[in-house]
Amino acid sequence: MSGAFDQMYREVILDHYKNPRGHGTIEDPDAEADGQNPLCGDEVSIYVAFADDGETIAEVKFSGRGCAISQAATSMLMEMSVGRTATEVATMEKEELLEEIAIPLTPVRLKCAMLGLTTLKVALHKAKGTPLPEGLAGFDELELT
Amino acid sequence: MGNVVVNTATKLDAHALRADFPIFEQEFHGKPLAFLDSAASSQKPRQMLEAMNRFYETSYANVHRGVYELAERATEGLEHARERTRAFINAPSTREVIFLRNATEALNLVAYSWGLNNLGPGDAVVVTELEHHSNFVPWQYIAKRQGADFLMLSIDESGDPDLSQLEEIARDHTVKVVATNLVSNSLGTIHDLVPLVEWAHEQNAIFVCDAAQAAPHMKLDVQALDCDFLAISGHKMCGPSGIGALWGRAELLQSMEPFLLGGHMISSVRADKTMWGELPHKFEAGTAPMAEAVGLGAAIDYLEAIGLDKIEAHEHELAAYALGRLGEVPGITLYGPSAERRAGVVSFNLEGIHPHDVAQILDLQGVAIRAGHHCCQPLMHKLGVAATNRASFYLYTIPEEIDQLVEGLYAVRKVFA
Repeated sequence: MSGAFDQMYREVILDHYKNPRGHGTIEDPDAEADGQNPLCGDEVSIYVAFADDGETIAEVKFSGRGCAISQAATSMLMEMSVGRTATEVATMEKEELLEEIAIPLTPVRLKCAMLGLTTLKVALHKAKGTPLPEGLAGFDELELT
Repeated sequence: MGNVVVNTATKLDAHALRADFPIFEQEFHGKPLAFLDSAASSQKPRQMLEAMNRFYETSYANVHRGVYELAERATEGLEHARERTRAFINAPSTREVIFLRNATEALNLVAYSWGLNNLGPGDAVVVTELEHHSNFVPWQYIAKRQGADFLMLSIDESGDPDLSQLEEIARDHTVKVVATNLVSNSLGTIHDLVPLVEWAHEQNAIFVCDAAQAAPHMKLDVQALDCDFLAISGHKMCGPSGIGALWGRAELLQSMEPFLLGGHMISSVRADKTMWGELPHKFEAGTAPMAEAVGLGAAIDYLEAIGLDKIEAHEHELAAYALGRLGEVPGITLYGPSAERRAGVVSFNLEGIHPHDVAQILDLQGVAIRAGHHCCQPLMHKLGVAATNRASFYLYTIPEEIDQLVEGLYAVRKVFA
């Protein structure tokens, strides 16, 4: 049984969870978005600053709260995104992140793991004015203000 | 009434009752299942499943239509279930008992059918911070749509609404609806609704009671409660999914427009005019969930044979045991009222460990709890957390399952140490 724990909560996941990389905010970011996981109420905000070419991701940070899987996955994503272009990251296949996470995930936990990537993609698409891919669009909400 | 054994002992015997529930015959991750998520949905006794099967095998045809005997038998099955449901909540008449998908649909029906014709600018709908989204979002939406105000009573640590806000609300608004739960699905609080019901009626407002979490656990009486509408869900009380009921005062239901339109809910249809059907049919468009209704009736039989008072006492006992055992776990925060004021629901957090991670590691030890916002995001906001863990109990829950939970929590702490 402890084997099953070790598989899911392997050392690198717990390390990213306890010492998240790129945790924080960026003032006046070039791109930003907030994401929520409606299943559990977890929230993440992602901030991006581009390099002078307006395309390369110079800095990326996240804030918010979530479970070990979502926080660790977002932390890994921060490391994976710096230095790459907005287009590259906006079209990143989820498998690339999943390979990095490298733990067995149930469908519910997959949503935890993808929260950061989804939010980052929304931020980049919004900043570049490119249409949100299917599955990311359609966040209609009841405006109450 | 089938093969339910009437329990004459003063306490229910949960160990014995478990034999009625086939789900417990299997193991998960090599462990017996400690199912501590009954507040989300209860498990199903064989007696209920057999009643549904019997209905399908011997009495099934579309109801209220055919003239043949089988159709009559099906209609009898459905209407018998309606009578059982009426008696269960002590409603004056079966005309006032409407079968719907669940409490959510029932509350939407009231919000739409009553709210669209009765709410306008200057009016207010009052709910509490402790509502399930099913009794929150429909009112928020309809109030907004009608230009009415949507007000939320804040709650204290036990989950009781702060009634000192009422005076100011009454001064500044025309209160038309007060909508609250009787038992909270997230904190387990059993509310004393008397002051709120009285206040609502002083304002000439309707009182809408979400009893989805109360119905499994305590004797309901819509007349003693003096509410105007009451909603229940079958799946939380040993019934099947896909069936719930709305009770409403006949004069209110009669004055309302229908919610869903189509077959069965009419008395006549012409190109220029359609007349609505009589109660309760006016609110039951389309083919009814007949077998599910029969299942709900059988679930009521099952619960009443055990005794709602015994179920309630059993849950208080488990809640007290769980609060004591969980209180021993280092770093735990327990939410909600004292054991005698709560149904079998205990929400908690472990310091520094997200509920998803807690629930995941517990699952590997055969313990099923809920981790999340429990459809109560306003409450989570109040508690200052994104989510909580929730262990919930029912008539078949045994103390050993709570022990398994506590043991599991120590393992969780070890992983995150």
